[in-house]
Amino acid sequence: MKKRTAFSGILRCLKPYAMWIALSLAAALVAAAGQLLAPFYAGRAVDCILEGAVRWEELAGDLLAIGLSSAGAAAAMWLLGVSNHHIVYGVLCDVRWMAFSKISRLPLRYLDARPYGDVANVIVADAEQFSDGLLLAFNQFFTGIFTIAGVLGVMLVMRWQVALAVFFITPLSILAARFISSRTHTSFRRQAETRAEEAAFVDEMLGDLKVVKAFCREEKNEEIFGEKNEALRRASLRAVFFSSTTNPTTRFINSLVYAAVAVLGGLSVIATAGTVAPFTAGNLMTFLSYANQYTKPFNEISEVLAEFQNALVCAGRIFSLVGEEEEPSDEGLPALGRARGEVTAEDVAFSYTPERELIKGFDLRVKPGMRVAIVGPTGCGKTTLVNLLMRFYDVDAGVLAVDGKDIRTVTRASLRENYGMVLQETWLKEGTVRENLVMGRPDCTEEEMVAAAKAAHAHSFIRLLPQGYDTVIGDEGVLSAGQKQLLCIARVMVCRPPMLILDEATSNIDTRTERLVQEAFAELMEGRTSFVVAHRLSTIENADLILVMKAGKVVEQGTHEELLAREGFYASLYRAGFSG
Amino acid sequence: MKYLFSCLKKYRVEAVLAPLFKLLEAVMELLVPLVVRAIVNVGLPAGDKGYLVHACLLLVLFGATGLAFSLTAQFFAAKAAVGTSAELRSRLFSKLQSLSFTQIDDMGTSSMLTRMTSDTQQVQTGVNMTLRLLLRSPIVVFGAAIMAFVVDPMTALVFVGVIPLLAAVVFAVMYFTVPRYRAVQEKLDGVYLSARENLTGARVLRAFRMEEKEETRFSEKTERLRKAQESVGKISAVSGPLTLLLVNVAVIILIQAGAIRAEAGILGQGEVIALYNYLALILVELVKFANLIVTVTKSVSCMKRIGNVLALEGETENDDMGAENFDKDAPAVRFSDVSFTYEGGSAPALSGITFSAGRGETVGILGGTGSGKSTLVRLLPRFYAATEGKVEIFGRDVESIPLRELRGMVGYVPQKVALFTGTIASNLRWGREDATDEELLAAAETAQAEDVLEAKGGLGGEVAQAGRNLSGGQRQRLTIARALVKKPEILVLDDASSALDYATDARLREALSRLGCTVFYVSQRVASLRHADKIIVLDEGSIAGMGSHEELMAHCPLYVEIVRSQTEGL
Repeated sequence: MKKRTAFSGILRCLKPYAMWIALSLAAALVAAAGQLLAPFYAGRAVDCILEGAVRWEELAGDLLAIGLSSAGAAAAMWLLGVSNHHIVYGVLCDVRWMAFSKISRLPLRYLDARPYGDVANVIVADAEQFSDGLLLAFNQFFTGIFTIAGVLGVMLVMRWQVALAVFFITPLSILAARFISSRTHTSFRRQAETRAEEAAFVDEMLGDLKVVKAFCREEKNEEIFGEKNEALRRASLRAVFFSSTTNPTTRFINSLVYAAVAVLGGLSVIATAGTVAPFTAGNLMTFLSYANQYTKPFNEISEVLAEFQNALVCAGRIFSLVGEEEEPSDEGLPALGRARGEVTAEDVAFSYTPERELIKGFDLRVKPGMRVAIVGPTGCGKTTLVNLLMRFYDVDAGVLAVDGKDIRTVTRASLRENYGMVLQETWLKEGTVRENLVMGRPDCTEEEMVAAAKAAHAHSFIRLLPQGYDTVIGDEGVLSAGQKQLLCIARVMVCRPPMLILDEATSNIDTRTERLVQEAFAELMEGRTSFVVAHRLSTIENADLILVMKAGKVVEQGTHEELLAREGFYASLYRAGFSG
Repeated sequence: MKYLFSCLKKYRVEAVLAPLFKLLEAVMELLVPLVVRAIVNVGLPAGDKGYLVHACLLLVLFGATGLAFSLTAQFFAAKAAVGTSAELRSRLFSKLQSLSFTQIDDMGTSSMLTRMTSDTQQVQTGVNMTLRLLLRSPIVVFGAAIMAFVVDPMTALVFVGVIPLLAAVVFAVMYFTVPRYRAVQEKLDGVYLSARENLTGARVLRAFRMEEKEETRFSEKTERLRKAQESVGKISAVSGPLTLLLVNVAVIILIQAGAIRAEAGILGQGEVIALYNYLALILVELVKFANLIVTVTKSVSCMKRIGNVLALEGETENDDMGAENFDKDAPAVRFSDVSFTYEGGSAPALSGITFSAGRGETVGILGGTGSGKSTLVRLLPRFYAATEGKVEIFGRDVESIPLRELRGMVGYVPQKVALFTGTIASNLRWGREDATDEELLAAAETAQAEDVLEAKGGLGGEVAQAGRNLSGGQRQRLTIARALVKKPEILVLDDASSALDYATDARLREALSRLGCTVFYVSQRVASLRHADKIIVLDEGSIAGMGSHEELMAHCPLYVEIVRSQTEGL
């Protein structure tokens, strides 16, 4: 079943290249024909050679024919190669794009649950293997089919007795290839699985190599890696060996064909000697040469079948990623427009896993321009609120609304456009500082960008970078965590959206800079609805509304005074905070 | 390439046997045209049917023996190739793990990953193909030439002419494609980077509605890759047709020459046919060979990239270590006029740092972003080595302490939390493999991570990749617990409590102070540091002030400014 979906997926991908495929088929046909004609004329030429008496004129004609037909075949072969590369690399490019563009339409729930390396591997390694298989198929499969058909056809016309014998030995070859390829399919799958396991481990360890080193974990890691690597070695050995038995097996069957042609052809020469249309020694040579050429496509086709198994497994993984359920489309939904910043939640329920309910019966009223502080002990689930507000995750029940509009009734992009988000975990994309800063508003002017960078106190260190705003940075690069966070802040300052989400936005910045950044934030927050996950008491005290969270739930909400008066969880946190 | 051979060494028996059996198989094939010559020269003119049947049985026998030889060869080749790539991966992994922090910064995760996965895979294919086919082809080609000389030395001169030409074609194609394949591979790295980035940064990209733009960027990258692939393809597509053409030209010359010699009565039809068969054999072999060259050249460039990594020298250790003993009376940590400049950095990140910290003391390190706080503590476990000056731990220069011992003494909690797939216990045991459950629980208690254990179901609680199923604070406390499991003499918290609220942070400090180890706090919050025995205030890589909170309040204007900034707040 999965194999079939992979197959139909491949066909869909090939469709845009119909013209090129036609060209490739035509070239394959010409190449095969040319390669059959050359030995045919060679046979005739040899017949012109008789000891002591050579038919020179005839010989010259035949030799010319050999030259022409092989030249034609060579030209067609070249065309075949070029068009096949065009088709296969085109499909590869398309498939990669399909898989990649899928990432942005998949729910975060899907992405959060999978190792990054796994998904990235589908786009890179699986796609590569798939295209390798496809290229092999295009290069060898059709030429192979044409050659086989051509050989049988010519043989039938010239000497059907020999052709029949060849024809009946052939199925053996197909049977053998089939037998082998069904065995290899399982071992290839096993190989792909163990390989994915090893890749996930390597991805994780190399991704945080510095921590590995800090804990002198190298030896232990090598031990674990060694086990996984050994498992992969065993699985690969099976897969590689089984797939490589195809060639010798078909070659053996071909030697049977060759022997049959030799004996039957020889008998034919003896039987037809002296008749009007004798089967000559030259004919026998042509036949033997065909028998050789005839074996080659069988080898190749069975090789293609074996490799294609592997390609199908990889294609299956690609198409299953592409076929994953996407986030519900918001096409046709209206845009939110620039929000006033009223945020309400009514009886909202949410959980990451159905077994563990998290948020239930959550109500919230935030008027435009209000400052909402989210507080609670570490690990209380403050980021869950961010996930819901930004619609990274959808609520399970109830309604979350902005300006009175259920956020599920407007486009995600227009909702997110209204929020400026700075997270504790900084993430920058590979690109220049400038590209990172104008991410949210590519049309902003140079002055606006620099002003935002200045407001975020990032301008001074950006200026010191080797190429200033054009320095290429990345997620792993040379910037300190604090500098990265300043860039993330500047990135939001460029946009100046009506609502802000600051999830410990200044946790990596030193306090002096932080105070200055806070001033800029205060100015930015003026008249904007803001959600601030914070520890800073002054930030919390000044908030218009405080949401107190504990173990994933919102346990209290109100103003500082109200909550203190309640003598509940907040009050205890507050006192603990002072002692800190 | 030398690395490849040294990996292959372990499988040298297989690596020799595989081509050897291939050779035997090839010999079987080379005998076939001789049988055909006998049929044409002896069997046919005599009309001897029994002779034909015998000859035919002989051909079948050659085929069956060939099959046996070839299967054996395939097995040895597969074993050697798969074993070599496994060995290569394992060496690569060790090498990558041994890289210094500077090298890690320089190389980047994504290229490490491609080296480990697709490059080694390609090398495996290359080795396998080489053992199986690449060696077989020259054997068949030269074997056929030799056999041709046996049949008729004069006509066989054609072979002498055509074989160098064919070799020239093959090598010319190789010469032009190899560097281009390298370019293709580099572009593939870029594609991988893009894909990975969009997975790790999914939230931010969506928040900034970058989805479409990223798609465009990605499609540009794949498009460039495609162009590069196609241009290599155009060159490599030349070799097959050119070979075909050359061999057929040789056929024409051969038949012409054969005809002349036949007329002179020197050659029979059987000889011409045998010679022709040898040429045909060469053609079939070379077409295969041309396809192979593509695979092999790809593998060679992958191997070169792997070789570049293997050639790197990882972290260095002095040979004469362990002579010195720790002086338990010396200060736990002493910096003497230490300076440090990052590789490629224009200005020193630290300069002229001198201080000492006694056993059991708490040291706070305070300073602005980029003031060198983290850099300073990273010199302790020798993540980076001081460019100038000396860092000592208990009287011993850190350069003279074996890394394993040194890093066992220094518990380091990084700024960036990193947890790994597994359980809470498996993550905590990174600190010390043989730690008991009680020790783990005690460390978790000190790190204020008991509630994490509670929430996740105890030590067996599952941890997803990068600890994604935990909140920032939970992760941070687990990473602290992990460092505590080591029972380090010196504990470094590199801004490691930033995700903790004040209350938890305070309890954590309180618990740590009871451990009796020397603790370095790097923080931006004065509140986290003010109780430290010694606070070092850094400004642009130099010490701007040092002392207790009270002393600094009295003497260090920068410190006073920082304190003021934090008490006022928003």
